[in-house]
Amino acid sequence: MIEFDHVSFEYEKGKPVLTDLCLCIGQGESVGLIGANGAGKSTILKLILGLIRPTSGTVKVFGLETVKENLAGIRKRAGFVLQDPDDQMFMPTVLDDMLFAPLNYGMSREEAEAKADAVLKELGLEYLKERYNHRISGGEKRMAAIATILTMEPEMILMDEPSSSLDPYNRRKVINTIKKLPQTRLITSHDLDMILDTCSRVVLISGGRIAADGPAETILTDKALLEANRMELPLCLAGR
Amino acid sequence: MNKLETALRDISEMDRLAVKSSPVHGLSPLAKLLVTVAYIAVTVSFSKYQLSRLFIMIIYPLLMFSASGIKISTCLYKLRIVLPLVAFVGLFNPIFDRSPMLRIGGVAVSSGVISMITLMLKGVFCLMASFLLIATTPMDSICAALRKLHVPSMLVTLLLLTYRYIGVLTQEAAVMSDAYALRAPGQKGIHFSAWGSFTGQLLLRSMDRAEELYTSMQIRGYRGEFPYAKSSPFCGRDALFAAVCIGIFVLLRFVDVASLVGGLFVR
Ligand SMILES: Nc1ncnc2c1ncn2[C@@H]1O[C@H](COP(=O)(O)OP(=O)(O)OP(=O)(O)O)[C@@H](O)[C@H]1O
Ligand SMILES: [Mg+2]
Repeated sequence: MIEFDHVSFEYEKGKPVLTDLCLCIGQGESVGLIGANGAGKSTILKLILGLIRPTSGTVKVFGLETVKENLAGIRKRAGFVLQDPDDQMFMPTVLDDMLFAPLNYGMSREEAEAKADAVLKELGLEYLKERYNHRISGGEKRMAAIATILTMEPEMILMDEPSSSLDPYNRRKVINTIKKLPQTRLITSHDLDMILDTCSRVVLISGGRIAADGPAETILTDKALLEANRMELPLCLAGR
Repeated sequence: MNKLETALRDISEMDRLAVKSSPVHGLSPLAKLLVTVAYIAVTVSFSKYQLSRLFIMIIYPLLMFSASGIKISTCLYKLRIVLPLVAFVGLFNPIFDRSPMLRIGGVAVSSGVISMITLMLKGVFCLMASFLLIATTPMDSICAALRKLHVPSMLVTLLLLTYRYIGVLTQEAAVMSDAYALRAPGQKGIHFSAWGSFTGQLLLRSMDRAEELYTSMQIRGYRGEFPYAKSSPFCGRDALFAAVCIGIFVLLRFVDVASLVGGLFVR
């Protein structure tokens, strides 16, 4: 579903962020993308959505290259939860925001509202429905941002640090929701416990390259590898 | 929160008024947009000495405010930082234009004073009318109406983003001034030596955020159209409203109703 073919990328000339990256993610996989701050995780997600274009190499999503003509088709099928929920929500109320995508894609208002209600119920967020976006807490906004993406019913979900700023209860709720999702998913996070819980495969990015790629149990238990890349064993495995 | 920020936030939070319900809120956005544009066009077109005739134009905002259940004081309060700007426009007229025009109780009023007041009123009236539109209609619905009038989607998107940008700008300004205040105890406001970097940072940060917001719109299918905007269809009631309003504006523009009515009483 996602193919990176020798992709390099730089924001500023001479400062490569990704170099010669090759990565394939198949249908139904759940992949955790980990790496230190500034490793290039968010950049990879942006490349997938065609928000930025590779400096060299090609990115293909659903078999389509991320060029202008294909972007609408790709974005309709891929939901993206941004790293900062403040950037994601722009309509007055949570409900308005949830309806934004479905209505843009031609769903009727009744249908879209029913869908939004179902998602809110699933996440236990009914109380947020009519609230104003700028009057809810950071964590509530994070939950709402996830909800807006789920109403799109995407075939693939990309999440940039979905569990940051959540309290343990909401974090658990997000983890459970993610686990239940049938879609292909790519999640970046520093919360390795969550990655271990929700992903079967882990890709470790370091220095603009893939430092490791394999089953979550193997990589997340490799203390030496993790520590070499500014990470620690997941708490549940640290034996405390 | 500091004062400027609350003031700016008041403007950006007008959406909150727009979701109430009243006869005015229920009108089709297209009808309201047309009437507002007509009102502004007519108001602006009065010549700078037609004070008494211009003054009658106040009935539209007055009636609409009472029908929409929004207090005029709310409007004036929310616009408190823009109103002085509008009022300043004609400030120099009395200095340049001193020929006496009429006498009130033995005091000569120069035409400069009249034109100053006329300009100020024009500004205030137009602001009030625009405020009414925004306060009773969600921004996205206004944009949808503009698209129905075939305004290019580039321009409409620009308008929408500008409107959202006000909100982003105030949020960023708030965060930054709080961060500043926390590390500059006992200091009132922002020291002028930091103004340069402060505004520069503010601009960069808010532009970054505006870009992310636009990203968020794009990845959720925004393509310059507004299928998601709440909008009641343009029905007979709306046509009637638009026709009556625009008719009255035109009448007030070309017939001196004030002196007609005045003439009735004098006779
Ligand atoms: N708009 C930009 N312009 C220039 N450089 C950028 C830009 N965005 C990111 N970078 C740089 O690209 C590199 C990768 O950034 P990216 O946001 O992908 O990191 P990340 O892995 O998501 O980090 P984090 O864990 O902190 O979210 C960083 O070194 C960053 O400084
Ligand atoms: Mg990131």
